[in-house]
Amino acid sequence: MDIPYTVELRRDTGLNNGKIGIWLFLASEVMLFGALFASYILIRTGAPVWPRGDTVLDVPLATFNTIVLISSSVTMVMAWASLMRRRLGTFRIYMGITILLGAVFLVVKYFEYGHHFSTGEFPSHSNFLALYFTLTGLHMLHVFGGMCVNAYFLGPGSTLWKTNPEWFTNRVENAGLFWHFVDLVWIFLFPTLYLL
Amino acid sequence: MSEQEAVAGHTSHVAHEAHHEELGFWRKYVFSTDHKVIGIQYSVTGLLFLFFGFSLMMLMRWQLAYPGAALPLIGGLFGDARMPGGIMLPEFYNELGAMHGTIMVFLGVVPLAVGGFGNFVVPLQIGAPDMSFPRLNMASYWFFFLGGVTMLVSFFVPGGAAQSGWTSYAPLSVIAGTGQTMWLIGMIFLITSSLLGAINFITTIIQLRAKGLTFMRFPFFVWAQFVTAFLLLMAFPPLEAAGVMQLMDRLAGTSFFLPSGLVVSGQALHNAGGGNPLLWQHLFWFLAHPEVYVLILPAMGIVAEIIANNTRKPLWGYRSMVYSLIFLGFMSFIVWAHHMFMTGMGTAMASFFQTTTMIISIPSVVILTALIISLWGGSIRFNTPMLFATAFLPMFGIGGLTGLPLGLNVADIPLHDTYYVIAHFHYVVAPGTIFALFAGIYYWYPKATGRKMNETLGTIHFLGSFVCMNVVFMPMFWVGLAGVSRRLYDGGAAYQFAQPVLHLNAVSSWGAWIMALFQLPFIFNFFWSIRNGEKTADNNPWQATTIEWAAPSPPPHGNFLEVPQAYRGPYEYSVPGAAKDFVPQYEA
Repeated sequence: MDIPYTVELRRDTGLNNGKIGIWLFLASEVMLFGALFASYILIRTGAPVWPRGDTVLDVPLATFNTIVLISSSVTMVMAWASLMRRRLGTFRIYMGITILLGAVFLVVKYFEYGHHFSTGEFPSHSNFLALYFTLTGLHMLHVFGGMCVNAYFLGPGSTLWKTNPEWFTNRVENAGLFWHFVDLVWIFLFPTLYLL
Repeated sequence: MSEQEAVAGHTSHVAHEAHHEELGFWRKYVFSTDHKVIGIQYSVTGLLFLFFGFSLMMLMRWQLAYPGAALPLIGGLFGDARMPGGIMLPEFYNELGAMHGTIMVFLGVVPLAVGGFGNFVVPLQIGAPDMSFPRLNMASYWFFFLGGVTMLVSFFVPGGAAQSGWTSYAPLSVIAGTGQTMWLIGMIFLITSSLLGAINFITTIIQLRAKGLTFMRFPFFVWAQFVTAFLLLMAFPPLEAAGVMQLMDRLAGTSFFLPSGLVVSGQALHNAGGGNPLLWQHLFWFLAHPEVYVLILPAMGIVAEIIANNTRKPLWGYRSMVYSLIFLGFMSFIVWAHHMFMTGMGTAMASFFQTTTMIISIPSVVILTALIISLWGGSIRFNTPMLFATAFLPMFGIGGLTGLPLGLNVADIPLHDTYYVIAHFHYVVAPGTIFALFAGIYYWYPKATGRKMNETLGTIHFLGSFVCMNVVFMPMFWVGLAGVSRRLYDGGAAYQFAQPVLHLNAVSSWGAWIMALFQLPFIFNFFWSIRNGEKTADNNPWQATTIEWAAPSPPPHGNFLEVPQAYRGPYEYSVPGAAKDFVPQYEA
């Protein structure tokens, strides 16, 4: 079955289906994290005491992680740009680095979590930690999801390049939009949890 | 690719029809990516869940009509843990109540109205070969299915299914048994399903509409599904967030919804505290109020289609209806706290939400009024779909108008916890939405099967259901106005002030049980007509104008034999000077 406007743009909307789909998905993601941030505000304003983030959490590690994620967004764009220039080889290198940087982020997070757990700081300890673990945990799931999608396009998904390079490029672009969104969520999470 | 090439691609696909016929049984009927098969899967599963949810309620109605009496015949089947000696335990009553609400809303009405009708009808009405993401569509059905299975399995975990109401208010839900965890996991599956579906609907409607089908030429049903999809897309994620937080509270011991110093059964609860039970209510109703419109908008869409078709007149005020619909969708996001006047929120908050609530009644009234005026002066054909569609108008009217006192803070406080509220929202959803869904089944059945459902059985089904619905719900207004709480396991029998209205509980119960009997003609008709219904002479048995009737009945994979095009608005009935009394959208 050929669905119209999978690759080509519809003339009156100027878009293909995937592009609309991914933006709608991101809109729902904004509502998901928006609700969590709203809960953060409500719980924090209702609390008699609230720790400053840097007294509980490791700011240097998180700063490092911020740099890692932003770099991965840059390599993601480079991966897509390589496809636009019809260079699959360079795409592979940049996509590989993107996935690797995602993995670095998760490993750093693993050490951060491990440190908290080893000192008995579990989510049940306080509402600050409850929010920290829920928000970053959900964000990590998103990072992991994005890595899976990227790995698919690096591996088995790239066979589409041979038959329909334009479609493949669009798909990578959409995966990139999601990856940037995940990055953006972290940009909000970092100051909210670690600095404020 | 240019538009012509796209069209050419589409036609060549039709030429390859024979190739698609080779799909095996599993790919064709079970793991299908065809929107029509998925629509039918959704519809049948949704109807089964509606019947199951109805059965739960029929059990509850026994306890309410005859509190403490042993249930005859089947009372022994539920075991000593739930109904020792056939007498219902309060815990079982709570289980039934929570699951009745959950199943009816999330597994019955929404899957049927959005997943079923939306999937089957929308691509056909906009002249598309399928949904824009067919595999996503299949995934969305199977997530829904998983959610349904999780909810059903939860009846068998220790302690039974969720008992904290369909609203799962904290803190009770946080300290409830395992069933509540299953409920949350089930909800996360259902939310995922709805999100994928909503993305698919919006993209399909924007991208795959036929040439010439501009937005103001959409059938009203397409508009209704379009707005509904936006509500699902934007309102469900906050509940997903809330679900994750409640799971954390239950499994990781956090205190998002648990305040400090909570004492349960005389024991202080060991938790960090500092949480906010109201936060759950806010997040829940932020979804659940738009959800009310998810329940009603597709129903309005179906009714609009059927009324235009059977009055042989254009819809009166089509544009006002569309603008009202959009306004309704927008407003539905800022009225949620009118469900929470009882929580003792501040007067400033209450004033805001009662004002927005009064405002949102305006577009609903506009749509209902336009539908009623559409009947004016028409030569109405009273077939089964039209009977249900006309009945929708006064039933939804009663439901809507009785909601006005509930939107006002002062009037809501004495009424909110009584049966008045049960009567109010059931009038909207049961004889309202469900009647519209029945109307839709009778109306589009010939498109799905090539045969009409039996009219005599349909009329019996309609008359019986119509009378019984009112027998069930009308007395509840009196019970509620007498002040009987809607959360009592004995229906108010323990209270002196409730004695004068107690007999009405039995009236409602008998109404419900007899209504179940009147569903039998429908169930029989539904299956019998697949093979034995009256064959439709052509693709357009109702002489309708919208594009779905250009496709063969049943439509093949890919839907249309030639690519349809829209030449005019959706409801060109009885056009002066035209050769016949309808001019289809798809005819040049």
